[in-house]
Amino acid sequence: MDLGPAGFPVVEAEARVLESAPVGRRYHRLILDAPALSAASRPGQFFHLLCRDGAGNGPYLRRPMSIWRCGPGRDLGFLLHVKGRGTAALAALRAGDRLSLLGPLGQGFRLGPGWRRILIVARGVGLATLAPLTEAAAAQGVAVQAVLSAQAPEDLMAEEFAGDSGAAITAVFDSDGSGAVPAVEALLRARFQDDPPDGVFTCGSNRLFLLLQRLAAEYGIPGQIALEQQMGCGLGMCFCCVRQIRAPDGTVQNLRVCAEGPVFDLQAALAW
Amino acid sequence: MVNMAVRIGPMTLANPVMPASGTFGPELAQVFDLNRLGALVTKSVTPQYREGNPLPRLCETEAGVLNSIGIPGKGLDHFCAQAMADWRRFTPPLVVSLSADSVAAFAEAAARLAATPGVAAIEANISCPNLEEDGRAFAMHPESAAAAIAAMRAACALPIWAKLSPNTADIAAVARAVEEAGADAVVVANTILGLAIDIDRMAPKLGAGMGGFSGPAFKPIALRLVWQCAQAVRVPVIGVGGIANAEDAVEFLMAGASAVQVGTASFVSPNAMPAVLEGLEAFCERRGFARVSDLTGLALPGRLRPAAE
Repeated sequence: MDLGPAGFPVVEAEARVLESAPVGRRYHRLILDAPALSAASRPGQFFHLLCRDGAGNGPYLRRPMSIWRCGPGRDLGFLLHVKGRGTAALAALRAGDRLSLLGPLGQGFRLGPGWRRILIVARGVGLATLAPLTEAAAAQGVAVQAVLSAQAPEDLMAEEFAGDSGAAITAVFDSDGSGAVPAVEALLRARFQDDPPDGVFTCGSNRLFLLLQRLAAEYGIPGQIALEQQMGCGLGMCFCCVRQIRAPDGTVQNLRVCAEGPVFDLQAALAW
Repeated sequence: MVNMAVRIGPMTLANPVMPASGTFGPELAQVFDLNRLGALVTKSVTPQYREGNPLPRLCETEAGVLNSIGIPGKGLDHFCAQAMADWRRFTPPLVVSLSADSVAAFAEAAARLAATPGVAAIEANISCPNLEEDGRAFAMHPESAAAAIAAMRAACALPIWAKLSPNTADIAAVARAVEEAGADAVVVANTILGLAIDIDRMAPKLGAGMGGFSGPAFKPIALRLVWQCAQAVRVPVIGVGGIANAEDAVEFLMAGASAVQVGTASFVSPNAMPAVLEGLEAFCERRGFARVSDLTGLALPGRLRPAAE
C-alpha cells in the first residue's frame, strides 16, 4: 500500500523500482511499484522525486518529473532526459532500489466534454509529459493526432509516446529540415483547415509553443501547454517556480508552475 | 505520556513544533493534518503588493539552499480580507510573519493585524531591509531592531516574536534590545547571507545576486546563535536553522530554545514536522522526561545534566 492516510491527496512515499533502463542516446525509463499512486495520478501531473542513487548520493532538493505512465492497474512510469546530477542519480537506480516520491502534484490536462479529436505537438522529453494524455484520450474515444519533433530519427521515441493508444503520429526532424518552424506551420495549417481538432496540446519547445499558440488563436482552437520550471518544494509554498501567465483581463501575473500549473491555457502562457 | 505543551510568553502551545516562515503554507495540508502542529507561521506579509525577485530564486548547495524569493505577496489588505479566511480553518495559533521597510510601517501593520480576528501573534521579520537606514536590515543593529519592536509594541497588544538575523556582529545585544523593547520571544535565526556563482555564465546563480542560506549545513551556526541568545535574555527563544529531524530539535531545546521551527527540511520531506514531533515525544519517553519543556537549556553552561543515562 503506497497511499497515506485517507483525506490527504498528496503522499510522500517510498516505492520500489521495478525497471530502470536507458532509452535511446540520452533518455531513461523508470518504472515503479506504486499502484495506488498510479491510480490516483492524472495525465499532466507530476511527482517530486528525491534523486538519490542506490548508495544514497544525489542533490539536496527533489526534482519535479512529469508522469509518463499512470492509471488504475498500471505501473507508475517516468521517462527522463538524463542531463544533470538529479537525473543521473535517477538513471543509476536499479530494479529493487527504493525511491522517495511526493505526489501526485499539480493540475493536469483537461479534455473538453464532447471532444472527438485532439492534436498534440511535442518535442524532446516533452513527449513524455504528453504520452499519458494519448492514452486517456483513447480511453474516452477521443482520436489523437500527434506531431513529434526530434533532432534526428534515433531520438524520436514514437513507441514511448504512443504506447497502444493508436495515436496517429507525424514525425519531423531537425536533421532533414522537416522540423523547421515554416515546415511545421504548413503541416499544422493543412490539418486545421481540413478538419480542425477540438483541442491542441504542447510541451517541450518554446518555438513550437509560439507557433501553436499563434495558429490556435487564428483558427479559434482551445489549447493547453505543460510548462517546466525549477522547483523548490513542489507544493506551492516557496514561490520559486513562478512563470508569467496572462490573466483573462490581459494583465500578466506570476503563477506557480507547481500549484496553478504545470498545465496552463495555451493562450495565457508567455514565451520563455 | 509526555506533556508536550510549551509556554511562549503569554501563549501556551500544544507542542513545540512549528513551521519556519517562508517555507510553509496551507498547501501543506494536502500532505498531513496541520492541526497537529504547535503553531502555524505564515510567509511574511508586507503592507503593499510585492512582485518578488527575478528568477532563479532558489539554488541548492551540498546540504542546504540559497534563496532570494523577495517576499512576493498581495499585501496586507488582501491578507486580512482573503488569506485569513483560508488560515482560520486550522486550529493551532496563527503567527503572522510581518515585514515592512520602516518603523512606522511596522507599527501601522501591527495595529491592523491586531484588529484582524484569528491572528494569535506577530513574528516581526526584522531581517528585511530598512529603507530609513540605507537598506540595512533592522536586525543588524540593536537600536534599529529595538525601534521596530518598540513601535509595534506601542501599536498593538498581540504577542510579538522578534525574528533575529545571523547577519549581525553581536546577536546577544540585539536579543537584549528587542527584549527591552517589549518582544515576547525571539526567533533565532533567519537565513545567513550567502552567494553562489555560475562559472559558465560568470554571474551569481540567483537572479537577485546574494541569498539567504538555510538547511542542514547552517545548523551549527543557528544552534550557536540560540545558545548565545538563551544566555542573554529571559524571554523564550524559538530555535530555527537546519532542523531536519527530532535529534536536531532536541539539540536546539538543550541549547536553550523553548520551541523549534522547521523550514527547508519540509522541501525535502514534507512530513518532516510531524516526524520531528513524534521523535521528540519518543525521545522524552525514552529518557524519562515528563515534559518536553524540561529539555530547554539542559546543555547551557552551569545547568545540571539529566539525572540518569
